[in-house]
Amino acid sequence: MAIINLKINSKEYSIDVDPQMPLLWAIRDFVGLKGTKYGCGIAQCGACTVHLNGQPVRSCSLPVAAVANKNITTIEGLSDDNSHPVQKAWIEEQVPQCGYCQSGQIMAAAALLSKNASPNDADIDAAMQGHICRCGTYPRIKRAIKKASENKP
Amino acid sequence: MVSRRQFIKNTGKASFALWLGATSNGFANAAFITYAPSNFTPFVKIEKNGKITIFNTKPEMGQGTFQSVPALIAEELEVSLDAITIVQTSGEKQFGGGQAAGGSSSIRGNYDAYRKIGAAAKEMLIKAASVKWGIGIESCYAENGSVHSKLSKEHLSYGDLIEEASKLEVPKEPKLKNKSDFKIIGKSIQRPDVPLKVSGKAEYGIDVEVPNMVYATVFRSPVIGGTLKSFDADATLKIPGVIKVVEAKTTVGKYQYSGVAVIAKSYWSALQGRKVLKVEWETNGYENFNLSDYENKLRNLSKETGVLDKNIGNVESVKTEPGNSVESFYETPMVAHHTLEPMNCIAHVNGEMLTIWTSTQVPSAITGSGPNDLHSQIGMKPENITLHSKFIGGGFGRRLYTDYVIEAVNIAKQIEQPVKVIWSREDTTQHSAVRPMTFSQLKGGFSKEGELISFQHKVISPSYFDSVGPNFDKTKVDAIMIEGIGEQAYQIPNIKTSYVYADFHVPVAAWRSVTSSTVAFAHECFIDELAHKVKKDPLDFRLQMLDKDSDTKRVLLKLKEVSNWDKPLPKGKGRGVAQWEFFAGLCAHVVEVSVTKDNTIKIDKVYAVIDLGEVVNPDNVKNQIEGSIVMALTAAIKTGITIENGKIKQSNFHDNPMIRMHETPEIEVHILADGGKIKGVGEPGLPPFAPALANAIFSITGKRIKKMPFDLKLS
Ligand code: FES
Ligand code: FES
Repeated sequence: MAIINLKINSKEYSIDVDPQMPLLWAIRDFVGLKGTKYGCGIAQCGACTVHLNGQPVRSCSLPVAAVANKNITTIEGLSDDNSHPVQKAWIEEQVPQCGYCQSGQIMAAAALLSKNASPNDADIDAAMQGHICRCGTYPRIKRAIKKASENKP
Repeated sequence: MVSRRQFIKNTGKASFALWLGATSNGFANAAFITYAPSNFTPFVKIEKNGKITIFNTKPEMGQGTFQSVPALIAEELEVSLDAITIVQTSGEKQFGGGQAAGGSSSIRGNYDAYRKIGAAAKEMLIKAASVKWGIGIESCYAENGSVHSKLSKEHLSYGDLIEEASKLEVPKEPKLKNKSDFKIIGKSIQRPDVPLKVSGKAEYGIDVEVPNMVYATVFRSPVIGGTLKSFDADATLKIPGVIKVVEAKTTVGKYQYSGVAVIAKSYWSALQGRKVLKVEWETNGYENFNLSDYENKLRNLSKETGVLDKNIGNVESVKTEPGNSVESFYETPMVAHHTLEPMNCIAHVNGEMLTIWTSTQVPSAITGSGPNDLHSQIGMKPENITLHSKFIGGGFGRRLYTDYVIEAVNIAKQIEQPVKVIWSREDTTQHSAVRPMTFSQLKGGFSKEGELISFQHKVISPSYFDSVGPNFDKTKVDAIMIEGIGEQAYQIPNIKTSYVYADFHVPVAAWRSVTSSTVAFAHECFIDELAHKVKKDPLDFRLQMLDKDSDTKRVLLKLKEVSNWDKPLPKGKGRGVAQWEFFAGLCAHVVEVSVTKDNTIKIDKVYAVIDLGEVVNPDNVKNQIEGSIVMALTAAIKTGITIENGKIKQSNFHDNPMIRMHETPEIEVHILADGGKIKGVGEPGLPPFAPALANAIFSITGKRIKKMPFDLKLS
């Protein structure tokens, strides 16, 4: 066990955990933010995606000690009122079904658009390939990403 | 576990029946007097301040019932969806036994019943206003949460009327609105759960936290059917955070299993404890079970006559000339549900009392007092069970089983605190009931004139009913396993369908669209073979066998039009068609394919037509069909579940892959909602997809695909 300091959505948290524990469980069970999901635990599904210094990462496969004091953003930090362009587009396109994968999908899409303001189909496929939506909302996710890129100032 | 039959029956007219029952014994009126706020019926609550709550009894798992069920009530009650609060029910007694989602039944089974609930409440409010104003009810109308007078500018909000309305008799046969007056039904209104799912605020079972809660992971027998011999927890108990190691029993249909639960302060600690846990299993001979042997057994069983299902005309008496008949054999694999939210459940046993927090398709089966409901599996009184039913991160039939709930309760009985049991992805893949494989033997015979005069379909498979209950009668047909095959609308003078039971020790489950997701593949590919035999266009061949007023014919005609079927495709492209009607509904697809430079099939486009009779939210239906096609594509071309040395070989998404965005074809969905029988949404999009794809591939390669999964890479 060790004290780890985390910076999540610009707030600081100090938790006493196994340094090898994945960031995912720190976020969910120690910090208490439940928007980030567990789907596979082996970097295959993307449900656990958060931003680490702006980059999308799989929190299920990152030991918590490795991200101490770094800037982490979760779905809760994207906006507190669904006002992020990606969230708005997700609502306009009515993307979710069960919704379980969507936090991860949205975090990946937000990271993509911050690097590439107008991605084409191939860019979107490449950025989103690591994400599984068992409900099969891919056509809508793609449409929503395009919409968000158009809506951006 | 409720049997599928039972829950389909329960989800039929049960909700309305309950409401009527409540009326005749005065429940609704009594509720007005006893409680404030008051209930018109258990499904609608209107408070004096005007707040309107509609209770949704159909768990939301992505299919859209969180909106579609309240929408039916709100439409007739004359309130907008923005003006209501929706509360998900959790198996509470007053909402009856129909609190379950499955079989695509929520809307098709309750379309009028839910509307009558809203209409009855509205009639009572109108009556109350008319009495207040001293005018006739014909001079009043309801709009936007108020009753208005046609004679003056006067209006009263529902909240101001409930006291008077509550003293009135609840009308038994309230008048329903004309379709042309609908403001909600048939409109693509944004769903209320979407903002929650976009912000991360939607709470799934796995997200619930209760005070003082601990976590558990369960080590289960890697060999299916293995039993627990002993365990040594010494090393486990030394892991920081580990609290206790206990036996964890559960029930899946007729099967009983034991695992070992590691209970800890955090899930991570529990997992660390499980890594060093020593368990000995008795494998009971099942360690020698290999799927490939079992599949050979199924092939051999196809020689048996089996049990007769449908017998139209007399297939045996039909004499076909040599060369005028076709025979074929099709095989499908086992598949996993892979709900993205793994199984999980929180249980808290406090003396006689039990509280459960979980995502389930069957709240009624958890709190119910029926003989197969949860109480009977855990030895507790149904009235002592409280459920908190959460958003479901995928159901697909997996969460019709309550094995993960029973297991959590059995663990919770051995510790004071509430315990959250989380199944890892690997646990979920390797210890969940699977969709069984079905093998199909088909025969068709033509007259000299080239008319299809005989058709036989024999299904060889394990039995669903044998898996869910102890008393399956092997001399009878398992209706689930031959689902839909005897009910196709094709007019063929001699039809015989039959079933051959195969003994199996692995629990099997309903998987979205149940057996239709497998037998439709065999059936509709074979229809294509028959069309090819007599050199007919596969879509015209089907149309010619359909009665002019059959729903199937309407669907195929629409599909023909929207897919431009009659327009020849450019060279190098092909297309295939398939349809399927079964208990859940009716849908048909045309799939267009081409071959890429590296000799791989590319799916260029999928056209889908679904017939619903009536549609609540067209955009949501489209979402469902798009998703159904993606799911059906996974089942068609990705590895299924296999068993080697008694163990499920696949464990996670690296070896049991799912379709991803870059593999998803373009999809165009058309909805028929022109009246007629009301049909379901959640499942019908799956069965016709794999056969339409396989038929499309045949059209371009000339090779018949007779086994799922199949490779898009051509050899
Ligand atoms: S849970 Fe991390 S990628 Fe699946
Ligand atoms: S919406 Fe269900 S997994 Fe994506």
